[in-house]
Amino acid sequence: MTAQAGLAAPVRHGRPGRTLRRVRSWIIGIVSIVLSLFVFVVPFVFIFLTASKTAPEASNLSFTWPQHWALWDNLVAVLTTRDGLIVRAFVNSAVLTIVSVAIMVVVSAMVGYLLQRKRSRLNPIVNFFVLAGLIVPPAVVPTIWVLQSLELFKTMAGLILIEATFGLSFCILLFRAFVATIPRELDEAAVIDGAGPVRLFFTVVLPLLRPVMITVVVVQAVAVFNDFTNPLYFLPGDENATVQLTLYNFQSQTLSQWNLLFMDILLITIPPLVMYIFFNRQIVAGMTSGAVKG
Amino acid sequence: MSTTSVSLPAVGRRSPHRGRMKSFYPSWFYLPAAALYLVFFAVPTFASFYFSLTRWSLFDVSFIGFDNFVQFFQEPMLVQGFVNTFIYGFITSALKVVLGLALAVLLTSQLVGRGYLRSVVFFPVLVSAIGVGITFKVLLDPSDGLVNHVLSFFGIAGPGWLTDPKLALLTVAGVDVWKGVGIATLIYIAGLAAIPQEYYEAARVDGAGAWKTFRTITLPLSRPATATVIILSLIGGLRSFDLIWAMTKGGPGFTSDVIASVIYKQYQAGFYGLSTAGNVVLFLVVTAIMVPISLFLNRKEVER
Repeated sequence: MTAQAGLAAPVRHGRPGRTLRRVRSWIIGIVSIVLSLFVFVVPFVFIFLTASKTAPEASNLSFTWPQHWALWDNLVAVLTTRDGLIVRAFVNSAVLTIVSVAIMVVVSAMVGYLLQRKRSRLNPIVNFFVLAGLIVPPAVVPTIWVLQSLELFKTMAGLILIEATFGLSFCILLFRAFVATIPRELDEAAVIDGAGPVRLFFTVVLPLLRPVMITVVVVQAVAVFNDFTNPLYFLPGDENATVQLTLYNFQSQTLSQWNLLFMDILLITIPPLVMYIFFNRQIVAGMTSGAVKG
Repeated sequence: MSTTSVSLPAVGRRSPHRGRMKSFYPSWFYLPAAALYLVFFAVPTFASFYFSLTRWSLFDVSFIGFDNFVQFFQEPMLVQGFVNTFIYGFITSALKVVLGLALAVLLTSQLVGRGYLRSVVFFPVLVSAIGVGITFKVLLDPSDGLVNHVLSFFGIAGPGWLTDPKLALLTVAGVDVWKGVGIATLIYIAGLAAIPQEYYEAARVDGAGAWKTFRTITLPLSRPATATVIILSLIGGLRSFDLIWAMTKGGPGFTSDVIASVIYKQYQAGFYGLSTAGNVVLFLVVTAIMVPISLFLNRKEVER
């Protein structure tokens, strides 16, 4: 189709195929939408429907409309299980996410800023460690050994510091790339106006990093909130767990109550969903930041 | 800071303030990050090389040389985990490249419902691996699961996706791709957007068909995106733990074990030395694969 159009006359290229192309785009679009419903939407609808059923009905594991809507009852049941274990888990996860991301952002913004601004012999070394931090898998038991000797093992503080450390490399790369877009003249102007290095960074540079900061915060908040492995190793147990750990433990305890299990999944999916709705663009920017420059 | 005078001639031309500016980028800005990195990442990583050579329990450490590694490559279940790590990493990475590129080409074309499709493909990325794992464990249940119900509707007897020893690892890899293909697609969309539109127009004028345009323009020019997708998905795939653990716990038997799940199992069993040896093996595997691959992908880019 396009070949013929090109042969006829370069000026009119594409013209004859326009209606045809529009029909084709409709057909492909509709086929893709139908396929996407099966592949990507059905699992989420399944979670919602199962979370709305009564326990006997949910145990069929079937993809059917609930005969009795028990969404609210299930919600209350999940929230009150074992004296509000899941509510506590949500509080724990919120504290973990907020504090570790805050530490990560400030600390790595300082590194990214310095790495971009200052030419020193340290830079290649720092760059090497940043890349190593991205690639090397953390050594589990030795990390526990370090945490134990600092008396941080099985404490929230320990897990916060761990999550902050493991996220550093990714954040530093994003900050370094973004600092390059802030003109150096701004730094100089601030210095001439009498700002010291700390004020220069915290009152001039940091506010200008806002766009990339939103990206980093959102991406890392979702990552920390969804993390299962690190809480499993460094903050084990049932009482003081994070939401992912609670969900995992819940799975082995409530074998006959699929409705409650899926209600728990539904609850845990809501915070990332809200993040996605509000910060769609920033998430996309963060995830693709490496794509164009490689 | 003492090197100011040495490096000035090259850098100093832009501004007379540069010499004074240097001290306004104080090196101690590195310190907080360096402290965290050193204590919680570098020290454990270096310590792992020593501890992997020991028999290590909570109470005592005794040096046993390379026994842990010998054991790691002799016990069938540990070897299986080693092999599976490669299979899992390469399958997920390859599928993410292929499907990600295909979806990106689809989602950058004129299409009805493009915005909806983009969000729906990306959303699984944001759901926790445990939630996805539990959900698919139910959907893939051999007798009651939705997938096999649908298959039997078409007259196909669905296999035991997670109970068949031959299939379990591949099934988990498939779910991993379902969950992660959104990132690959997104990266490719950004990569495709960077290709100048004129190239496509020129190709159309020259009479190139859709397939030829894809092969000679889209594919070579999306190379930086391909590099990113391969590197990211391999790093993730080789270390992958949570999805496998949520879906099969390495079973049936140990047919879907990977190194990361072996590390956890040995840790649970109290074999800290062996577990740490697993970590060192994983470290070596990841660096042995990632360093040449990223060097290769980046070098090609520079040449062009």
